[in-house]
Amino acid sequence: MSKFHFIKNQKVTLAIIAIILLAGIVSFFVRGFNIDIDFSGGTEIKLNIGTEVTNEVCDNINDIIRNHELLGNDYVSSTTKSESTANMAIIRTGTKALDNAQIDALLDAVAAAYPDTDLNDKEINKIDPTIGDSLTKSAIIAVIVAVALMLVYIWIRFELKSGIAAVLCLTHDLFVMFAVYSLFQIPINANIIAALLTILGYSINATIVVFDRVRENKAKLVGTPFADVVNKSAHETMGRSVNTTLTTLFTIGMIYILGVDAIRDFAFPLIIGIVAGLFSSVFMSGMIWNALDKLGKKN
Amino acid sequence: MNYSRVSSISRFVLLLAAIVAICAISVCGIYINDETRLKGIFEEDTIRLGLDLAGGSVVTFQAQTEDTGDDLDYGMESVLTVMRDRLDGQGLTEALCYKTGNDMVTIEIPDIDDPNEAIANFMQTAKLQFKDSKGKVVLEGEHVDQASVWYDDKGEIIVQLNLTAEGATRFSNATKVAAATKDYIAIVIDGVTISQPTVQEHITDGVASISGNFTAESASALANNINAGAFRYELVPVEQRTVGATLGENSLSSSLIAGAIGVLLVIIFMCIYYKLPGVMASITLVAYIGIFGLVLNLTQANLTLAGIAGIFLSIGMAVDANVVIFERMKEEIDAGKSAKAAIKGGFKRAFSAILDSNVTTVIACAVLYFLGSGTIKGFATTLFIGIVISLFTALVITRALLYLCVGMGANEPKTYRSLGRRAK
Repeated sequence: MSKFHFIKNQKVTLAIIAIILLAGIVSFFVRGFNIDIDFSGGTEIKLNIGTEVTNEVCDNINDIIRNHELLGNDYVSSTTKSESTANMAIIRTGTKALDNAQIDALLDAVAAAYPDTDLNDKEINKIDPTIGDSLTKSAIIAVIVAVALMLVYIWIRFELKSGIAAVLCLTHDLFVMFAVYSLFQIPINANIIAALLTILGYSINATIVVFDRVRENKAKLVGTPFADVVNKSAHETMGRSVNTTLTTLFTIGMIYILGVDAIRDFAFPLIIGIVAGLFSSVFMSGMIWNALDKLGKKN
Repeated sequence: MNYSRVSSISRFVLLLAAIVAICAISVCGIYINDETRLKGIFEEDTIRLGLDLAGGSVVTFQAQTEDTGDDLDYGMESVLTVMRDRLDGQGLTEALCYKTGNDMVTIEIPDIDDPNEAIANFMQTAKLQFKDSKGKVVLEGEHVDQASVWYDDKGEIIVQLNLTAEGATRFSNATKVAAATKDYIAIVIDGVTISQPTVQEHITDGVASISGNFTAESASALANNINAGAFRYELVPVEQRTVGATLGENSLSSSLIAGAIGVLLVIIFMCIYYKLPGVMASITLVAYIGIFGLVLNLTQANLTLAGIAGIFLSIGMAVDANVVIFERMKEEIDAGKSAKAAIKGGFKRAFSAILDSNVTTVIACAVLYFLGSGTIKGFATTLFIGIVISLFTALVITRALLYLCVGMGANEPKTYRSLGRRAK
């Protein structure tokens, strides 16, 4: 690894980025996103039916909804089983929110079909589509404001080129996060905002440790080509970058392994985002700073 | 044994004792006297568990109004005040009630069996009107000083209204007219006539009563809602979530176990890879968790699932500052410095990286806090507390422990050098 020159071998890095971009874009178009009712609106009922949720059970529950006098075909959207609890059915009814009478009727009908149903072990979420719109707006604003403020801070503490490089790395990390949400069809709910901003904060952390070393080496090694300064800095900070990623993965990884659905859906994109952050800070950040530096000298 | 070594050992022991004490207070609480006491973190009424952990219901209402700007803000304030009074009146003092966006109110009710019934009880607008037979309004909710539940002569439940001075005058005038013709006065709540008693006599004592098939619950709900006053705007539910407590208990215990194993893995890794400094960093990590628990305890934080994830993430990142410092120390030792000089150089040269990287994470936290809603705010708060404590523990406690190690006679630079390869 110590022979790998991060700038001279930047074709490898560029190839990896190209693969990530391709995989992500294909997934966006082919698989799309699994948008949760937080953003789309609608009703979601999680219910312990006391028996394993198989595909037939899901179809059967959809039939119950379709044939119920208070519900009907318009309310059939999807019924799936929970990843971590085999007996937990997740019933989602389109973008139409059910009223309380409809929810009670649905619960009764499912309990009648599956007598072991535990009506106390349930979770009901009901969201109006207008809430989703304001959530989307606040999510986009939060990300843009956070990135803009970070750019300004790095500009002040380092230089503009490094700030732009850092923002491009963050864009990469966010893209990877969205690709993961799309590829694995992880429900996109309000928690995605926290996940995205955590990765922003985490990845910028790693990038700045690299840049801090570049800043130091640049002052120390006057006359050395900038590409070599960047390469040396990336190697010198490698130990820290890998070890911090490891320790963070220990805690968040255990939460993923032992956690319940809601927390697994939150932890998985974070794990991928942390690895993406490692890649972007070690391989990409210096490379982009160097490219911008060369561009600046040409003009 | 010379004096400075004895002094280092005693200070080291003192520091360890302080860390143990912080963890003990955090877990078991502290008792000084009945007024001055702190409960342990696992006892009731310390950390508030968010709805996703404790189970309960969250409802968001949107106000139907044309008001904007200051008018809207003022109106929403009044809605919040009325809502709070009504929740307290229903005995739901544990419930949270806050403004969401510009024109919405969110209510979180923990531990509730039938949220729909509770919501129906406190959500009635409770717009009270007394109308005479010609449909003219003679008395309104604002003329009521105090509403309370009573039994009448026949043992039926009634809601008794003690009127204000103006209300008493208006009621006196109205009953004088009605009593003369044995006419009725209709009592209308939210547009529905609930009773229409014939006025028998001129009432001058400023007391009116409402009867009409009340149960004890419905009568006290009505009295409470009249006392709290009517909502300024009509409120329409736009979001409703119910979380079963069973689901919550499972999430909590599994998250705690997962976190404990994760922390153990971090400690094992740090001790093996970073040797003596790694052991010190592990002690610091224990201190970090103890202080974190104490802060959560003192601030009575509202802990959600995302908040717990934020805490464990910040534990992973708390180690980061130590890692940055130890990697710098490795380089200093490779350059031939003594243990003490390596510690000094390591902290000095790591500082700018630690400062800049943490400031940027704080920026992300601040944006989350100010632009996010309920759950997200909790996540931002725990992450921010985590960063501040991790900076303190890494820059103050780890540093003190390492210098004390040198003072106790652990002078060999090798014991301070990580397993990583020598930089070329």
